[in-house]
Amino acid sequence: MIVAKPKPVEEVIESVSGFDRILLVGCNECVTVCEAGGRKEVGVLASALRMHFMNQGRNVQIDEVTLERQCDREYLEEIRNRIDQYGAVLSLACGVGVQFMAETYFQTPVLPGVDTCFMGVTEERGLWSERCQGCGQCVLARTGGICPVSRCAKRLFNGPCGGSTRGKCELSKDLECAWQLIIDRLTELGRLDDYEELAPIKDWSTERAGGPRRVEREDVRQ
Amino acid sequence: MSDVKTPSKLEKVLASGHQAVTSECGPPRGSDAGEIRNKAEMIRDHVDAVNITDNQTSVTRLCSLASCIHLKSMGIEPVLQMVVRDRNRIALQSDILGAASFDICNILCLSGDHQAFGDNAQGQNVFDIDSMQLIQTVRRMRDEGRFLGGDEIHRPPRMFVGAAANPFADPFEIRVPRLAKKVAAGAEFIQTQCIYNLEKFEQWMAQARDRGLHEKVAILAGVTPLKSAGMAKYMKNRVPGMDVPDEVVKRMSGVAKEKQAQEGIDICVETIQRLKEVEGVRGFHVMAIEWEQKVPEIVERSGLHPRPELD
Ligand code: SF4
Repeated sequence: MIVAKPKPVEEVIESVSGFDRILLVGCNECVTVCEAGGRKEVGVLASALRMHFMNQGRNVQIDEVTLERQCDREYLEEIRNRIDQYGAVLSLACGVGVQFMAETYFQTPVLPGVDTCFMGVTEERGLWSERCQGCGQCVLARTGGICPVSRCAKRLFNGPCGGSTRGKCELSKDLECAWQLIIDRLTELGRLDDYEELAPIKDWSTERAGGPRRVEREDVRQ
Repeated sequence: MSDVKTPSKLEKVLASGHQAVTSECGPPRGSDAGEIRNKAEMIRDHVDAVNITDNQTSVTRLCSLASCIHLKSMGIEPVLQMVVRDRNRIALQSDILGAASFDICNILCLSGDHQAFGDNAQGQNVFDIDSMQLIQTVRRMRDEGRFLGGDEIHRPPRMFVGAAANPFADPFEIRVPRLAKKVAAGAEFIQTQCIYNLEKFEQWMAQARDRGLHEKVAILAGVTPLKSAGMAKYMKNRVPGMDVPDEVVKRMSGVAKEKQAQEGIDICVETIQRLKEVEGVRGFHVMAIEWEQKVPEIVERSGLHPRPELD
C-alpha cells in the first residue's frame, strides 16, 4: 500500500486558516489501513480544527466525508453536487488522491492533510516500512525476493557495500542491510551461487529518471 | 607476469614483481591546492602512487580529479578515487575522460559513504550504477574503446583499474565471493580496508588463494597507524565495517598517552612485516589519515624503501 503519515496539525491549521467552509475528505484505501487518512482520522482532525477555530472565536464550518477512493474519477464524482459550498477541500488521501481531486475540481483549492511517504508494509501496528519504489522493471526474481532499489540505502545491485555491519545498514542500526537479507534468503533457497552473477547496469528509464510515467494497455482499454 | 596494459607506474611496479606501496591524501576543504601538494610532497619518495579521496565520508572537499592533476604536475602518480554516489553514468564517463586527458592512469572504483554522514545530509544521491559496474565501465571504455552507450571513444582512457575490498565487513561468508565478483568485473588491483585483525585477514587471503584470486588481481593490504587509544576505540566501535580486536585496543591503552602515537606506528610496521610474508599480498596501501608525515618512517622501517625506479 501507499504509506502516509498525518501532517502536524499546526501545519494543517495554517494551510486552511483562510477559509470559512472546509470539506475534509478521507480515503477508504491505503491511508485507512495505515491510519493516516481514513474515516477515523478525518473525524479526529475535524474535531481538532473545530476546537481550534472555536477557541479563536471564529465560525468555520467543517464537514466530513470519506470516499471509497480518491484515485478514481467515479468516487470523486460523489461530491460534485456539493463542492461549490466549500472554500477549500482538505484531502487526507495520498498525494495521488490530492492531485486527482484538484484536477477534478479545478476551481476549488485542494490542500493535503498527510505526508505521503512510500509504498510499503505494516510490520506491526504503528510501524510501516518501505518495500517498493516502482522502478518499472521488477528485479525480485534475481535478488531472492528482496528489493535492492527500495531497501538498500545505495540501491546497489551488486552489494553489500563495506558498511554492512552485523546485518545492519551503515546508515542506521535500526535498518536492516538489504544485502544481508538477500544473502540470507539466497542461502536459504540454496542459491548462494547466484550471488556471483554480476547484475547488469540498470535501465532507469522506466523509473522516475525517465520522466512522469504512464501505463497504457490496449488489452484493457475499451 | 602478464604484460602491462596501461602507462600506470603502479601497474609496472606490480608487474616487475615488487611489492607496491600506495598511500592516500584527502583534498582540502577549500581551494588552496598547496594543502594537497604539501601532503603529497611529504610522501612522494616513499610511495609508488597516491590515492586522492573523493569527498570521503560525504564531506564536501576540493574534487579528486583536480587534486590528481595537481599531483600529476608535480610528477607524482595519482590514483583517482571515484565514488558513484554523486555522479550519474554521464558524469562518471565524462570525468574518466577528463582524467585520461591529463594522462591520469589509475582509478579506484568505490560506492562512497552515504551522504547522511557528511555536511550535506539533506542532499540527493545518485547511485545510477554501483562500484562493480563502474569497474566494468572503465574496463569497457579502456579495452573496447566504447562508451556505455556503445559509441566509440576517440583516444580511450588508459587506466589501471582498482577496487576496494573489506575482508571484515559482514556477512563474512560472501567476502571472498564478493572479491571474485570484483575480479570478474575487471578489477586489476585491490586496496583493502585497514587491517588490524591479522588472523581474519589471513583467513580471507587463504580463501582468496583457494580460488586463485591472488593471481588474477594484485591485492594491496590496507594499513592505518593508530594515533591514540581513543582512535582505536573509536574505530572499533563507531566506524562501520572496521574490525579492531580487543588486543590492539589494549595494547594502545597500555602505554602512556604521549607514547601511544609511537605504539600505533610500531603496530603498523609489525603488521606490514607480518603481511609481507603472506602469499598473495602484492603490496601495501598506507592510509595515514592527516598524518602523512609518518608515512616515510612506516615505509622505511617496514623495509619497503627505497621504492623501485622504473623507466
Ligand atoms: S549497508 Fe547494506 S543496505 Fe546499507 S548501503 Fe550498504 S549494502 Fe546497502
